[in-house]
Amino acid sequence: MAETVLRPEAPASYEETAEALRSYASEGRTVRFRGGGTKLDWGGVAPEPDVEMSFDGLDTIVEHNAGDLTAILEAGVPLAAAQERFAEAGQMLAIDPPDTGGATIGGVLATGDSGPLRHRYGAPRDLVLGMTVALTDGTVARSGGKVIKNVAGYDLAKLFTGSYGTLGAILQVALRLHPRPEHAATARGLSDDPHLLAQAARELSHARFEMQCLDVAWAGGRGALLARFGGSAAAAQAEEAVRPARRAGLETTLVEDDGELWAGQRAMQRSERATIVRVSGVQTQLDDVFRAADRVGGKMVGRVALGLSWIRIPDATPETIADLRAALSPAPCVVLDAPRDLRRQVDVWGADQSVVMRRVRERFDPAGVCNPGVLW
Amino acid sequence: MLPGVPSALADELTAICGADRVVTHADALRTYESDGLLQYRAMPRAVVLPESADEVQRIVQLCHDRGVPWVARGAGSGLSGGALPVEEGVLIVLSRMRRILDVDILNQRVTVEPGVTNIDVSNAVAPTHFYPPDPSSQIVCSIGGNVAENSGGAHCFKYGFTTNYVTGLKVVLPDGSIEQLGGKGVDTPGYDLLGAFVGSEGTLGVAVEITLRVVPRPAAVRTLVAFFDNTSEAGQAVSDIVSAGLVPAAMEMMDRLSIEAAEGATHAGYPTEAGAALIVELDGSAAECDVGFEQVQGICDSNGAWEIRIAEDEADRALIWKTRKAAFAAMGRISPNYYVQDSVIPRTRLPEVLSKIDELAEEHGLRVANVFHAGDGNLHPLVCYDGAKPGEAERAEQLAGLIVAACVEAGGSITGEHGVGVDKKRYMPQMFGEPDLAAFQKLRCAFDPGGLANPGKVMPTPRLCGEVPGPYRQHPLEAAGLAERF
Repeated sequence: MAETVLRPEAPASYEETAEALRSYASEGRTVRFRGGGTKLDWGGVAPEPDVEMSFDGLDTIVEHNAGDLTAILEAGVPLAAAQERFAEAGQMLAIDPPDTGGATIGGVLATGDSGPLRHRYGAPRDLVLGMTVALTDGTVARSGGKVIKNVAGYDLAKLFTGSYGTLGAILQVALRLHPRPEHAATARGLSDDPHLLAQAARELSHARFEMQCLDVAWAGGRGALLARFGGSAAAAQAEEAVRPARRAGLETTLVEDDGELWAGQRAMQRSERATIVRVSGVQTQLDDVFRAADRVGGKMVGRVALGLSWIRIPDATPETIADLRAALSPAPCVVLDAPRDLRRQVDVWGADQSVVMRRVRERFDPAGVCNPGVLW
Repeated sequence: MLPGVPSALADELTAICGADRVVTHADALRTYESDGLLQYRAMPRAVVLPESADEVQRIVQLCHDRGVPWVARGAGSGLSGGALPVEEGVLIVLSRMRRILDVDILNQRVTVEPGVTNIDVSNAVAPTHFYPPDPSSQIVCSIGGNVAENSGGAHCFKYGFTTNYVTGLKVVLPDGSIEQLGGKGVDTPGYDLLGAFVGSEGTLGVAVEITLRVVPRPAAVRTLVAFFDNTSEAGQAVSDIVSAGLVPAAMEMMDRLSIEAAEGATHAGYPTEAGAALIVELDGSAAECDVGFEQVQGICDSNGAWEIRIAEDEADRALIWKTRKAAFAAMGRISPNYYVQDSVIPRTRLPEVLSKIDELAEEHGLRVANVFHAGDGNLHPLVCYDGAKPGEAERAEQLAGLIVAACVEAGGSITGEHGVGVDKKRYMPQMFGEPDLAAFQKLRCAFDPGGLANPGKVMPTPRLCGEVPGPYRQHPLEAAGLAERF
């Protein structure tokens, strides 16, 4: 059998991308999309594709409309570079997933990856105003717009966000920005009682505080509750939030220089060696997630109000994953980072493709050339 | 029943819902011939009022089996003709499905049937929580309709739209099958079909159970209304507020005509000589609100506000909002008819687009009142006309079309929250080209290959779904290099 040579492609225009996809479809060749290459392993273990298409040639910040708090980015723009630009105007894109180096906006949206700011500002899908995509029929299609409010036409931007590149290639996105708070402060509460911590976390998530982020962390029988506030009264608000946590029996502190604290929360969502499982639960499951993490010898970080958790397991086996899924059912447990061997042995998604999802896929990529095997 | 109307379908509908919930008599059908947009009328073959998800499923299944088009309707308060019946079709009215199925405060989720009104979701979780999307029609409009239209409201500048609050949907697809999209949790594996379904204007199926996220009520709310000589000054104040890094819960503007109309209705004591009224509401922590509120007042002052009224209590605040929300209905006081659009523009283009609208209005010899969500650039130009005067309705429609075009040209959208429906589909080509529309159709066909769900809406021209090409298999001719696929 002849050795397969992975052909790299880096189209320089939208039309070129679409034309390339059309030709792959007609030739029956498969393509893998590559942004910064930081999450290439996520999803199902796919057969090696014929072509790897990068977006290095599409990396322009097309518009930054500071007065409108919107921006238009090409898919290959590194998220960090865009954030630098927005910061100059005192603004930010409130999408802050862990970035192991060079993550692009296209890749972040394709995977729907998110960070602690999601508590206040929503998921990536909530901040995308419009999207231009290349399809395997050779067309370049736009949906949405660049204004923060728009209901004209179907919201294909949401459909493509989190689709893992299986419907076509994301070329350009319009995004909503937010003012970057000048000051931030975090109320932190520590405890080695999982029940107490979960209860304090829930209390905060129902309190009338306007938090930017509300996270927990749990490792080796000890955990932290973190509530971050932004704005001119950040410290005063954090101070206020410390009180109920203290009453609940947590050891509390106010952290004003909290950058590292939050970088640590984000970093826990990724691992080079360990296995990361993302749990899509509800907030009342938090105690269960702490216990489940303990049982598999893992650590976790979580977004309290969203019911989202990331469990990091050092030496996971298919049995560990099955055990976790059984313990947290019906919450979907998706395997993100994991050693290749494990990925081959488990169903990383832990869910079947629905009939409509299959029909959507067939309509957008009938030949099945875009990232086959990654989602299903 | 009308003579000549085939009754087989009605009989089958009756078998599902009983005779008292199937309407076929012309006089009774007339109630349903329009939604909130009265310019369009159509008589359906039958109206059916299911009371359960199971009945909806059986009705849709029946329509599918008989090849009959159908339209779902909630409260019928929509402003784009999205619930306009299809002649020869069935109108499925969901207003009787108004049970609140689950209030899960601990997880901040509420699950309701589609006929539940918007305000009842907030009421179900009061006083600790609320449901943020708040269309002006929130007392009557249904959640099912909100889901179909991705409804917004005055507070969506800060809080977002319906699509940001729907976490789960049980939907009946046009082939009669039932599909669960999402649930109480977020990030369920697979495509974001929720995101695709919300705002699809009833063309992908019908939601029979809706799970919504509710949020804690803010600790403090501060509301003011500032009066300016003209909308340019008020518009500049809006820009300055945003530039200062403030994210008000709401920023609403009314121009001279709409102040006059609303004042006539609510007698709030607004100065009718004002050229613009700007409502600004901040919410959040008391400390943050106090700082921000002072900034807002300063900004209004420096942009020429000559009077600022601050709501001292909930009654004051309610009056400010009542006046704002009455603006549409009150328009009847100053004009026999009006034609409303809801185009969006980038906020920074507000002054130039408003003067363009003035210019166009003058050219057409008509008055245009403006009442809009200033924070997110969502205009609601109300073109006033007298339908009794020959030619004026046509002129009003033409003017409305030019206003839409001016907004799109400024980088905006033809609709911010009312939906495309039947009313704005002719404007769709201004925003979207043929490949864009073809991509929309791919989604449509995945859900509704037979084109039976709310046909004739959204898309500018009717389209059919071809067969799915099926998974790629290389044809022997291709393998031999003798043929290519296109």
